[in-house]
Amino acid sequence: MAAKPRIKVPKTAAAGDVITIKTLISHKMESGQRKDKKTGNLIPRKIINKFNCEFNGNTVFGCDIDPAISANPFLEFSAKVTESGTFTFVWTDDDGTTTEASKDITVS
Amino acid sequence: MSKKITLVKYSAISAVVLFAASALAEPVADKLVIDDELEMMTRVAPPEGHPLSEIISGWHYRTPETRALEADSFQNPGMLGVELGEEFWNKVEGTAGKSCASCHDDAATSMKGVGAGYPKWHEKTGRPINLELQINQCRVENMGAEAYKFDKGGQKPLTAYIKHQSLGMPVKLNLEEGDMETWLEKGKDMYYKRTGQLNLSCASCHEKNNGKYIRADHLSQGNVNGFPTYRLKQGTLISTHNRFRGCIRDTRAEFPKAFSDPLMALELYVTWRGTGLSVETPGVRQ
Repeated sequence: MAAKPRIKVPKTAAAGDVITIKTLISHKMESGQRKDKKTGNLIPRKIINKFNCEFNGNTVFGCDIDPAISANPFLEFSAKVTESGTFTFVWTDDDGTTTEASKDITVS
Repeated sequence: MSKKITLVKYSAISAVVLFAASALAEPVADKLVIDDELEMMTRVAPPEGHPLSEIISGWHYRTPETRALEADSFQNPGMLGVELGEEFWNKVEGTAGKSCASCHDDAATSMKGVGAGYPKWHEKTGRPINLELQINQCRVENMGAEAYKFDKGGQKPLTAYIKHQSLGMPVKLNLEEGDMETWLEKGKDMYYKRTGQLNLSCASCHEKNNGKYIRADHLSQGNVNGFPTYRLKQGTLISTHNRFRGCIRDTRAEFPKAFSDPLMALELYVTWRGTGLSVETPGVRQ
């Protein structure tokens, strides 16, 4: 799924600030427990099962995601910044494809 | 004799229960401010001839979590649909080699306020049309592209994108053009007509019992100022006519086709009932 994620990171911050990061990605999050109404067969599971956020190569926040998470998962977390740099975000799909994005922040 | 006494007792108990439930189920007093910037009009005085004493947006009937989702345009999952709509706005389709943007340029200026005034009178077909049909007409006549089928292709995202440009502006219909008054009456008849095996009209729930619970669902006034709206239940944008059909289906009646005369009349009337409310597209509901 060629989803374009939405990410909110402040453009600037003071050194030592704790900033709030918000992410939202468009994804159906098919739980694997629903049945196809016509055939009665289970619809195969297809969810984002992993999320990771790094800042200048160090992991800031990561999580495993399970089928109970609703469609279009929204994640919000905090990070303490001491230097300017780049946040990179990776969403991993069940089929192995990943969606990547990055945001820069200037710390003064 | 003893039977009678029991009956009286029971009805006394049920009266107490009903009273308690309705006291808890009032629309909440809260203010909808999008991104701490744009204050929305969610409680307004009705226009002349309106059956309710106050028009209240469906936002007031939802849980704190759902209300918070709509108040933050980043968290609002309906905005994914709006962003997709922007892509459709700029997408060249059809034999004329045009996109919406080729003629209308920047939607933020050209479409500002447009969505707040639909359904509008359409002289050529002699009936009111909504935004979805206006888009289709543009696609066929000006772009040489195929009309979107109901709820398919770019219909929902594009409608949401165009209506979103009127965010915060009051819903206001022009009823003076053409035969709008007659169609408004038609819609009103439909609104008050009991239908289906459950013998319910729109008014049974949304006028007489809004603010109360129907099983686990908190009934609102059924205003459409937030449509296409994101329903958490379906996890996607839901169009006005889809919701109408769903509601009619729930009364166990046969439901009319989308964009058919009865549903168009109903959309006109229901939109009029929400006159003065801010356009909330994309709203977030249960």
